[in-house]
Amino acid sequence: MSKKNYGFETKLISQDCYIDSKTGAVNPPVYYSSTFHQGQFDSFGPFDYTRSGNPTRKVLEETIAELEGGVQGFAFASGMAAISSAFMLLSSGDHVIISEDVYGGTFRMVTKVLTKFQIQHTFVDMTDLDAVAGAFRPNTKVVYVETPSNPLLHITDIRGVVKLAKAHNCLVYIDNTFMTPLHQRPLELGADIVLHSATKFLAGHSDVVAGLAVVKDEKLADQLYFIQNSFGAVLGIPDCWALHRGMKTLSVRMKQSSESAQVIAEFLQNHPLVEEVFYPGLATHAGHEIHLGQATSAGAVLSFRLPNKDIAKAFVENLEIPAFAVSLGAVESILSYPATMSHAAMRQKEREKRGITDGLLRLSVGLENCEDLVADLAQALEIAERAVGAGTVAARTVGRFI
Amino acid sequence: MANQHIQTKLVQIGNRSEHITGAVNPPIYLSTAYRHEGIGLSTGYDYTRTKNPTRALLEESFAKLEEGDQAFACSSGMAAIQLVLSLFQKNDELLSFNDLYGGTYRLFNQYEKSYGIKTSYVKVNDYNGLEDAITEKTKAIYIETPTNPLMIETDIEKVAHIAKKHHLLFIVDNTFLTPYLQKPIVDGADIVIHSATKYIGGHNDVLAGFVVAKGQEICEQLAANHNAAGAVLSPLDSWLLIRGLKTLALRMEAHQNNAKQVVEFLNNRPEVTDVLYPSRGGMVSFRLAKEEWVDPFLRSLKLITFAESLGGVESFITYPATQTHADIPLQTRMKNGVDNRLLRFSVGIEHIEDLKADLDHALAALSKGASVR
Repeated sequence: MSKKNYGFETKLISQDCYIDSKTGAVNPPVYYSSTFHQGQFDSFGPFDYTRSGNPTRKVLEETIAELEGGVQGFAFASGMAAISSAFMLLSSGDHVIISEDVYGGTFRMVTKVLTKFQIQHTFVDMTDLDAVAGAFRPNTKVVYVETPSNPLLHITDIRGVVKLAKAHNCLVYIDNTFMTPLHQRPLELGADIVLHSATKFLAGHSDVVAGLAVVKDEKLADQLYFIQNSFGAVLGIPDCWALHRGMKTLSVRMKQSSESAQVIAEFLQNHPLVEEVFYPGLATHAGHEIHLGQATSAGAVLSFRLPNKDIAKAFVENLEIPAFAVSLGAVESILSYPATMSHAAMRQKEREKRGITDGLLRLSVGLENCEDLVADLAQALEIAERAVGAGTVAARTVGRFI
Repeated sequence: MANQHIQTKLVQIGNRSEHITGAVNPPIYLSTAYRHEGIGLSTGYDYTRTKNPTRALLEESFAKLEEGDQAFACSSGMAAIQLVLSLFQKNDELLSFNDLYGGTYRLFNQYEKSYGIKTSYVKVNDYNGLEDAITEKTKAIYIETPTNPLMIETDIEKVAHIAKKHHLLFIVDNTFLTPYLQKPIVDGADIVIHSATKYIGGHNDVLAGFVVAKGQEICEQLAANHNAAGAVLSPLDSWLLIRGLKTLALRMEAHQNNAKQVVEFLNNRPEVTDVLYPSRGGMVSFRLAKEEWVDPFLRSLKLITFAESLGGVESFITYPATQTHADIPLQTRMKNGVDNRLLRFSVGIEHIEDLKADLDHALAALSKGASVR
């Protein structure tokens, strides 16, 4: 039976590990070797130096390529290392069209680093295909999309963007961190490169910082491999192993978290203190239909808006279960405050223009019991409501976050 | 290639062991299970408790270093001792010298109470007394050399001779000197034990033990018990030990050089009454002139760490009375010379002048305090 015919969950657990033929080990060994013996003087084996290639990293890279349906995968030292390396395929004078509510770290990369190499950019509302169409220039080479976007969960029509990009002979990069290949496979929708902060759902345990990229064709594979090897922002060997290990439970984790996220989104939507809930699984979400046309689930991340910073503060300080922290996609629920966390690199004006107001919170739903999570949110909202009503903010656990 | 020097053997551990990729460093097999091609077919690996490729590599390499037939990597030094004790049964007796690591003493006591396997003690290096103490029930002689913490060296060949004559197993704890400085099996021992947590690991970061044995029958029994009781070393720790072993020769040389200079330095200090050093290795014990100086001395040290354990790159000073030998009854301990003025120094590989300066200021503070009083 060909590996291609296996279901997604089976591919995650795949034991197709070419290096275990000697021992039959069901888990790939961790090759802590920086260099490799060459059997022949004039013809080298598949591995010579670990920056260029490592057997443990290769298992991981082949796995993600298989899951995303691409020809080759690349593991990097962080999500930003993957994104930066993909941008390094561009040259001076090239132009990028990018989602205006892109992740703060990508925003910083594009505005502060790429500009040093005279790589230009235009931020557009990627949900508006007319706006995208109007942003192309003769030197546009890449359209960069996050969908759902971070933190407002805006949905971009991947097929629509791909059609426009192809007409202009441009590549499409998709950051697939929020969906993972379990729920969304951009390469199958026509994208050229898929990027991941694998620190999130793919690794899933808040213990590995890693990035992954998968490309659609051999030519791009050669180009990105050249960058990966030249820049050398490769993922360390034990992290390759830990990430690969984490991915084995991706399906069960992601399904559970997404199911709970739907329940929580509906709960928040019906709560009087919550002004707005951003979750593509809600029928009221502007991108609901498009999302379901290109993904199989709304995922495990949602954002919601409280009236102001004081209420947000009271709410956060009275929550008991979620970690109040940056990052997402873990077994633990993580609540973030984009204004000072993921989007701190953005100036206030830019931030507010993008809807990232002082009352906005982002919740990455973990694997806790869903009823416990709802109850915790309910009690914290109640305290926040009362406290603000009374004009004082009672913080039970101020010290927790210092 | 068989006659390579130990330095060469050490750094080459694992190299050329992997032929699929040519990896110069052996991979870590974090796999608990191994696929079989069919019934009755095995790659030689079935389940990691029984055999793991990373652990096997470590064990094979270590057996060669100690010149034994087979080595068994255990989850701690005490697990290694327990594996050896599993060779005995009720009413068997062991003979040992009376200067012994407290943990070993504690385990021997427990074996007597729980399983009726009794250990008798003879004064260190009383070879006639040792032979006289042998009874019909005696099955083995167990020694440490140098002893912990009094640093007394035993003539291994002499004890081996007695053991052979009476058909006893001869077991030597080689933790303090390692195969770089001493190979008890070559000198006639049947079994060597290590707390590999110490010099073998060498970085105060891995807890591990070794049993190395010579002779097919003992090896088979040990292998069976190792697998049955299951106190095996994990693959990751096995790999870390391999990594540590690569620098064993360099580290032992550096420990020994520093230790010799520390001995000379301490011998010239009026605050120190005795310096116990067996002429080789990195372990030194010494006595301060007054018991009440011990605490302020340990508190004054800025570089040397007051901690339990030894054999790491960092210098450690241990107070046997309350640490390593706390489980030995006071009277026995005092009688054996492990008194309340005794300190045990695992000399690290820091620069010797820095170690001397640390000792100097801590010792000087004592006599200054004394003169004020």
